[in-house]
Amino acid sequence: MTVANLDVFANAVRFIVDERTLILHKTWEHLELSAAAMAVAIVLALPLGILLGHLHRGSFLAINLSNVGRALPSLAVIAIGIAFLGVGFANVTLALVVLAVPPILTNAYVAVDGVEEDAVEAARGMGMTSWQVIRSVEFPLALPLIFAGIRTATVFVVATATIAAIAGGGGLGDIIVNQASYRIEGVVGAAICVSVLALAADALLGLVQHFLTPAGLRVGSGAFEPDVVTGVSRL
Amino acid sequence: MSDGVLIAQGTGPVIPDFGEGSKCVTENRLFCPDWVRDNWHSVIQPALLQHIKLTLIAVAIGFALAFVAAVVTHRYRLTEKPFGAFSAVVYTIPSLALFQLLVPITGLTVTTAEVALVGYTLLILYRNILAGLRSSPPEVLEAARGMGLTRGQMLRRVELPLALPATFAGLRVAVVSTIALATVAAFVIPQGLGHPIFLALREYFKTEIIVAGGLAIGLALVADGGLVLLERALTPWARARRVA
Repeated sequence: MTVANLDVFANAVRFIVDERTLILHKTWEHLELSAAAMAVAIVLALPLGILLGHLHRGSFLAINLSNVGRALPSLAVIAIGIAFLGVGFANVTLALVVLAVPPILTNAYVAVDGVEEDAVEAARGMGMTSWQVIRSVEFPLALPLIFAGIRTATVFVVATATIAAIAGGGGLGDIIVNQASYRIEGVVGAAICVSVLALAADALLGLVQHFLTPAGLRVGSGAFEPDVVTGVSRL
Repeated sequence: MSDGVLIAQGTGPVIPDFGEGSKCVTENRLFCPDWVRDNWHSVIQPALLQHIKLTLIAVAIGFALAFVAAVVTHRYRLTEKPFGAFSAVVYTIPSLALFQLLVPITGLTVTTAEVALVGYTLLILYRNILAGLRSSPPEVLEAARGMGLTRGQMLRRVELPLALPATFAGLRVAVVSTIALATVAAFVIPQGLGHPIFLALREYFKTEIIVAGGLAIGLALVADGGLVLLERALTPWARARRVA
């Protein structure tokens, strides 16, 4: 790390402080965009993943979808979304949804599919209906893994939402792609904000996950450890 | 670098160029096959080849470095804990910003793109190779020792082959991530499929967005599928176990 570079970081921090109104405004846009995409993705992917897992069906779809989803270059997806739908908040949100659905769906499927057969048998033996089995047995037991998928998707969406600026989606990316106006201090300052935002979202969700996990299932801490095999992919 | 082939426009302001102006192109319809035909050799194909080259160089260098680092860490039983935390943070840094941050140091060159790309692959590959090396069951290592294998022989004949699945899992993520990041790299250097994507986004020229974007997606999927097939070929014992 050269001295000049340390200077850039000092100036970036100064930029964040001096331009706090701008930063707060863009951060808010960033959060809106990420939250909208995550909300839509969860509504679409979670029930489907849980249902497929409950039925033990569609493993090919559920597992390969995340492999394909992980392989999609975000910039290309967002660009193609623009070609079809034009520029704007809704379209960028849609592109982010496409990227967020696979990890959520796959984790929900794997989690519910992997719930111990004995527990499900016992529940059925007690006379529970399918719906009750899902609600009172499978869902609580699968919750930690389901939540892990949502966390992965959230960190990914928050980081990727930066690219949305190219498509007029707003957010902190507006500053990052506009070095001409904000200079390198602004770019780095906004990048720091994106990183902090992603890490904060992850920590927050980790905390929620901890409290949602049935006490008997709590193992270790909820510290941020991207899965070795899947990794939190790029951007 | 075979830059000469590509793109007259460089980085300056771009004059909209919708080609010869066929009806489809001037109306900017969703997809114009004639534009693709006319511009394949001058725009699309060079960008695709550059993209592949950017990716291969980054993954090759990243793999070599990660491999050595993982073997050393494994051999001398070093911990990789700090590294794990570090890589978690690096993943949250927007690549758009990282590329720009490197420009003052390495300039608007391919090196800038490669340094960032190698950095990202390194993080993925190192963790996966190390996890693979550590995945050998103790009884297997015991048996190998009992047969009189030296440390070096154990590494070559037992631990490395057993690390293949985890290594390939990492390689798949590294390759598709690099293909994705290389499109973003076009924000600072006029190279790869990202370049026509950025230009076309500025002009809002749909055909070019779809062709270049589609090729980037296609490239990632083909590379991912190819690595799955390669892994199957290299780990015949895994298939035997699946069948059994």
